[in-house]
Amino acid sequence: MTTRTTDNPGAATTAAPGPRPRLSHRHPMLAYLAKRLVITAGLLLGVTVLTFGLVQVVPGDPVTANLSDQALNDPAAVAAFRAKWGLDQPVYLQYWHYLQHLLSGDLGTSQQTGRAVVEDLLHYVPATMELAIPTMLLALLLGTGIGMLAAVRNGRLTDQLIRVGALLGLSTPPFWLSLVVLYLFFYQLGLSPSGGRLSPGFTPPDTVTGMYTVDAALSGQWELAWDAAQHLVLPVLVLTCLTVAILVRFVRSSMLEVLQHDYIKAAYAKGLPTSLVLRRHLLRAGLVPVITVSGLAFASLLSGTVLVENIFGWPGLGQYAYRSASALDLPAILGASLFVALVYTLVNLAVDLLYGLIDPRIRLQ
Amino acid sequence: MGALLDIDRLAVALPGPRGPLPILHDVSLTVGEGELVGIAGESGCGKSMTAQTVLGLLPPGAKTTGSARFDGRELLTLDRKGWQRVRGRGIAMVFQDPTAALHPMLTVGTQLTEHMRIHLGMNRKAAQRRAVDLLDQVRLPDPERALRAYPHQFSGGMRQRVAIAGALAAQPRLLIADEPTTALDVTVQAGILALLDRLRRDTGLAVAFITHDLGVLSALTARSYVFYAGRVVEAGPTGALLTGPRHPYTAALLGARPHGGQTGVALTPIPGSPPAPGELPPGCAFSTRCAHVRDECRTAVPPLHPAGPDRTSACVIRTELEVAA
Repeated sequence: MTTRTTDNPGAATTAAPGPRPRLSHRHPMLAYLAKRLVITAGLLLGVTVLTFGLVQVVPGDPVTANLSDQALNDPAAVAAFRAKWGLDQPVYLQYWHYLQHLLSGDLGTSQQTGRAVVEDLLHYVPATMELAIPTMLLALLLGTGIGMLAAVRNGRLTDQLIRVGALLGLSTPPFWLSLVVLYLFFYQLGLSPSGGRLSPGFTPPDTVTGMYTVDAALSGQWELAWDAAQHLVLPVLVLTCLTVAILVRFVRSSMLEVLQHDYIKAAYAKGLPTSLVLRRHLLRAGLVPVITVSGLAFASLLSGTVLVENIFGWPGLGQYAYRSASALDLPAILGASLFVALVYTLVNLAVDLLYGLIDPRIRLQ
Repeated sequence: MGALLDIDRLAVALPGPRGPLPILHDVSLTVGEGELVGIAGESGCGKSMTAQTVLGLLPPGAKTTGSARFDGRELLTLDRKGWQRVRGRGIAMVFQDPTAALHPMLTVGTQLTEHMRIHLGMNRKAAQRRAVDLLDQVRLPDPERALRAYPHQFSGGMRQRVAIAGALAAQPRLLIADEPTTALDVTVQAGILALLDRLRRDTGLAVAFITHDLGVLSALTARSYVFYAGRVVEAGPTGALLTGPRHPYTAALLGARPHGGQTGVALTPIPGSPPAPGELPPGCAFSTRCAHVRDECRTAVPPLHPAGPDRTSACVIRTELEVAA
């Protein structure tokens, strides 16, 4: 008596997989995405208000930050600077004009670089991405593996060593670690370049993604790609150490919690080999809470890392934001802030979507 | 002819903050081929620990002495590979709470077939066909669709049916059912019990049925063991054991059980609570709560003695109980 239960209301109550919820709602996924998009737009608007307000409150004057002493003594030059950047208008008008431009995709012009902020971002963001992406991939791989190992060996020597290592990684200042690896691999061993994105004598490849290694490989310039990759090694190493240290602790505690569950015991009780239990049963369940932390770590990497970028002479978003902030370069600060806010919301959205992908219980809601 | 499962003077101690904590003492128990045996007692009495020992699922650092033989082979000295062959294929287990025992993120199909493919060397297709048969056997409607579903899409009773099908998947010879109906609605319980009984009759499966509900045993099992504080205190044919207990603890358990038809009969709770492992009184562990306690009970642990046909009891007044009955 195994009949299809979809058109049989009597059987539907006993048949296990209940009717799909809300069949009338044909595209819940699209509706969900639309909702998230509206929220994101609102959030970005909030970021502009906040950044605009904060810059007004901060002591300091873009005029003194940007003009030379000589120009500052010349009232005409000061007035010209104010007029050029709209600083002579009331704040609400400045903001209004900014918003109008923003809607057409114009983030204004940076007072520092004299280029459009959009152009600046297109230059600095890919540099940061070139660090952030390999760092995140490596950190996920290592963090998950090491964290799982610690959880499975809970309390034993391996676990103790991993925990001490993670603590060390977390408490090591990134700038110090950067200097140490530079001293070791550049100064002492001469194995790696001292910083920057390319060695002298190389010209950047044509821009496709803005990431030199990728662009060089795309155009078949293998020597250039190799040089760019060598420049990545040390900063990625430093950033990976930190990110792994964060992830290991989360993975370990998450896996330890999952290991307590009956379904892990049940998997062993079925006579499954340990490797399969770990890979299929433990990993899947244990990764759910880790996704959130990984997302935050990734967003933070994508927002730029000022100190590491500075030491390695890496022209990334962190450096850009830092320099704009110290010059009170309002359009640039706003542009960088908007980008960071966008990164966080997008990463959060990706995290939520990943949840649904991994955990079927979330998918149906 | 030896029993399928033969546990002999098994003792288990778990690592505790102040040294090993003895959990099981001197447990002897057998389950014959195709036999349905009951194991009863309050929570924490060692029933589940016995099951975990037999499946090699004790927490790391646990110490065992005595012996537990399955089909003539010693289990306690198995290595990891040896355990993997016994688990699922020789001995399978159904857990108390199917919601917790089924992986929430894997489909029913995966959970039913993964060990089949390892133990029976089946390919995907064959394993899926067998999974459909199994789900049919446990009376789950629409098995094909169920394979693609996730555990949360089923009701509690249906989940337990899925878990039972999973336990049976690799054709085990002994099924350990650890309170398989406790987490379920009363109306669903009867169906699961009938299912287990039918499977035993149809397939010759031996079942060790762990429960705290003595009433369940009477309907299902031929023989039963009563556990208290990590020891077997009474064993014998279920019917005789329930109608004429030879140990005050069994009698007290029966007194604390609601009687089906009878109304107006006050329940008699057992005073106090079972002693925690490591805090056992000297002598009989039940002496602190027993209504018939004597001086000798407080000095030495009474061993199991014959108490009627096929029956044993670990109580000094077992013969008086026999006369009274």
